[in-house]
Amino acid sequence: MKARRMILATVLGLTAGAGVAAAQTRTILNVSYDPTRELYKEFNEQFVRHWHQETGETVEIQMSHGGAGKQARAVIDGLEADVVTLALAYDIDAISEEAGLMPEDWQARLPNDSAPYTSTIVFLVRKGNPKDITDWDDLLAPGIEVITPNPKTSGGARWNYLAAWGFALQRELGGFEKLGDPAAAAEVGRAESKAREFVTALYRKVPVLDTGARGSTTTFVQRGIGDVLLAWENEAFLAVEELGPDKFEIVVPSVSILAQPPVTVIDKVADRRGTRDIAEGYLEYLYSPTGQRLAAKHFYRPYDRSSADPDDLGRFPALSLFTIDEVFGGWQKAQAEHFNDGGLFDSMYKP
Amino acid sequence: MARIKIVNPFKRRPGRIPGFGLTLGVTVSYLSLVVLIPLLGLVIKTAELSWGQFWGTISNDRVLASFGLSVGGSLVAATVNLVFGFVVAWVLVRYSFPGRRIVDALVDLPFAMPTAVSGIALTALYARTGWLGGPLDALGVKAAFSRLGVVIALIFIGLPFVVRTLQPALADLESEIEEAAASLGAGRVQTIRRVIVPAVLPAVLTGFALAFARAVGEYGSVVFISGNMPMRTEITPLLIITKLEQYDTAGATAIAVVLLGFSFLMLLAVNMLQLWSTARSR
Amino acid sequence: MAGSASMSVAVGARAAPPATRDAPAVRWTLTAIALAFLALFLVLPLVVVFAEAFREGIGAYLASFDDPDALAAISLTLLTAAVAVPLNVAFGICAAWAITKFKFPGRPLLVTLIDLPFAVSPVVAGLIFVLVFGLQGWLGPWLVARDIRVIFAVPGIVLATLFITFPFVARELIPLMEEQGTEEEQAAMTLGARGWTIFRRVTLPNIRWALLYGVILCNARAMGEFGAVSVVSGHIRGRTNTLPLHVEILYNEYSFVAAFATASLLAVLAIATLVLKSLVEYRIQRQVARASAGAAGREALP
Repeated sequence: MKARRMILATVLGLTAGAGVAAAQTRTILNVSYDPTRELYKEFNEQFVRHWHQETGETVEIQMSHGGAGKQARAVIDGLEADVVTLALAYDIDAISEEAGLMPEDWQARLPNDSAPYTSTIVFLVRKGNPKDITDWDDLLAPGIEVITPNPKTSGGARWNYLAAWGFALQRELGGFEKLGDPAAAAEVGRAESKAREFVTALYRKVPVLDTGARGSTTTFVQRGIGDVLLAWENEAFLAVEELGPDKFEIVVPSVSILAQPPVTVIDKVADRRGTRDIAEGYLEYLYSPTGQRLAAKHFYRPYDRSSADPDDLGRFPALSLFTIDEVFGGWQKAQAEHFNDGGLFDSMYKP
Repeated sequence: MARIKIVNPFKRRPGRIPGFGLTLGVTVSYLSLVVLIPLLGLVIKTAELSWGQFWGTISNDRVLASFGLSVGGSLVAATVNLVFGFVVAWVLVRYSFPGRRIVDALVDLPFAMPTAVSGIALTALYARTGWLGGPLDALGVKAAFSRLGVVIALIFIGLPFVVRTLQPALADLESEIEEAAASLGAGRVQTIRRVIVPAVLPAVLTGFALAFARAVGEYGSVVFISGNMPMRTEITPLLIITKLEQYDTAGATAIAVVLLGFSFLMLLAVNMLQLWSTARSR
Repeated sequence: MAGSASMSVAVGARAAPPATRDAPAVRWTLTAIALAFLALFLVLPLVVVFAEAFREGIGAYLASFDDPDALAAISLTLLTAAVAVPLNVAFGICAAWAITKFKFPGRPLLVTLIDLPFAVSPVVAGLIFVLVFGLQGWLGPWLVARDIRVIFAVPGIVLATLFITFPFVARELIPLMEEQGTEEEQAAMTLGARGWTIFRRVTLPNIRWALLYGVILCNARAMGEFGAVSVVSGHIRGRTNTLPLHVEILYNEYSFVAAFATASLLAVLAIATLVLKSLVEYRIQRQVARASAGAAGREALP
């Protein structure tokens, strides 16, 4: 009798658990990558207030954070994200391709390639810069250990890799104008093999490949491994702020990549759940003066500098930035050539 | 096990204990629902690959290297556990000392501790800045972020399997046999070698196989301490995750199927061993 | 176990045949080796968890739990265990009954299949549920059309936990019930007892301590599972994060004290489990001792 009641109760419990999801207040789920926790924590509060003022409706924003690849994978497999805010366009492309949850041209729907804020890759070194690291070249000096995550599983790590590659190409070619020029094909080929040597030598100096950007920061900061951490600019600032300005400092290389973490509405999910208006309002608010000010506050370079606090903007050093489109011909091509199984990254570890 | 003689196993005879249909029915349906059907999903997804693609996936250099590490590391860890687990079980069963019960209870810790917590704690302990990592580093041994780190985590995970299978077997050893051996003039070493070891051998092998099977698939406790370097410290479960995150589901399932087949064979071997030992003891 | 050990020591002390006892030097050496090994591989990691958790004092430690997300993670973990454990207990009893009270073809295979989740990589365990219930899987589109959420929601977490903890109860019961045989049940039948009564009055008292042991281990694993749950959770803050996942999140937010504090909660749980388990084991031994004493008494009767 007791057992039967117990089974009944658990079955009821299961169904109730499934039913709870259909709650009364409208909620949207923002599926994001690791470093944006602090930004969206504050932004969500502001947005809920803003939406309430505009419409009188109280909404709830749920967050999910994790490595960009894992997060996109979850959305493809049915995690009901109304909006995604990921580390790179390739992962959002995959959601469109594999699951068809939104049109292929999603990136053209919002300004600045759907990137309301940008970032770049910088170096984090121990206080006083004991190994005297000032630019990419110095990373190959003897006795230097470099910490960067695994580009196979981390979006940030792919930006790191591409930034290093772009630096080497620029050093060889003096700029990126020759890349598309058929007359310079031989010269470009030589430069590319130099770049490959450079990046291969760089990864030889990496003692630990963590699965995510946050894991690498922990390895560098908590475990005390390595002399330099290749990191998102926003992560580097945050690490200095959270873990001790007296222990670490940021080194800005001469050239780096313009990292554009894009955002988009997942149309099919938002339409089915009847939350499209909130989802669109949410992303628009990212581009608003408030959104831009918060982005700058949390160490992201805002798309619209005019509405950010000048003090915040003053923290971003000037450096020469190249885009993935001009150097690598876009994410699809970069991913296929460099990161897919059997790609250049794999070949660097061939014995 | 051969206590009840059966002519037709499914024919209900008078005097037979009731509930066969009900319990077997519940067992098989629940097993199918929770374990078998989901596992079948894995096999069917893999079947989307042609034989050539399947072989190509699992014979890739990185995948082979990871099999080497996962299987080789698990073998080393299970062997270490075999030796030290035997000593631990022997001490716990044969000797009494203050705090024995506490030590005995502690052996189950790796079962009960969440693997992620174990992983983080082991990394904190064996990294260069850790309590053990520092002294080891001074000796020139790199513990965390090396193959040694992988083995350390796998030893942690596998220990209770060996100790817990050995304990009952050692406790069951009747001291009469040992005494008989002794009265026949056998020395201590000879008694151990000729009497004790053969008697507990099935349990030893079972514990070894269980620890080994568990270690091959372990993820949570290993991934923090391993360093994840391709070709060197990358374990197979991490490669499955990597494939998934590159949207290569079929490739991920191909590797998963190999792991699964491996686990199944190990377990089948364990159960055969148990049958063999029961038959032998009769 | 304790009984047999102390008995052999007592026998040894009286007769002292050299070949059945280890020399004191050997005893101390072996004990020292065993304790050192356990200290190195089990105690130190445990100590690290607590040392890190209390690094900034007890105030910071307690503050870690004053967080709605932590509370949500605790309640989800409790809910998951509350569903998974009873289901696996019911299954474990059924399976043990079918396997030990009857002989049928395919029994070794059935036992192997029950063991299988022990040896399946947690990553694979999570993956299979994604393949079945995911949007690209068999049932995904059907479920979405009916607005039923399985993975990335509570049911998926429960399912993955069920899978991982599936063998624990059955595995504890099968050897014991095998050992006990069917004589008592058959005797009860000749006295006219029906199936459910036999189970409740005869079998259950015989297996209750082993059952409890199984429940305890099953519960510990259900609360502590990380790999499989991580794959099916979706990591929605305050919704689908269990305690072990919450530890990972805190760790990734550089809240190291809070991460280890939460981990220490799980470690305390593990220790409580182990203490409870030792108590249970002690009761089992006494029960067995009583039973064998009773059996000896019966045999002595003419």
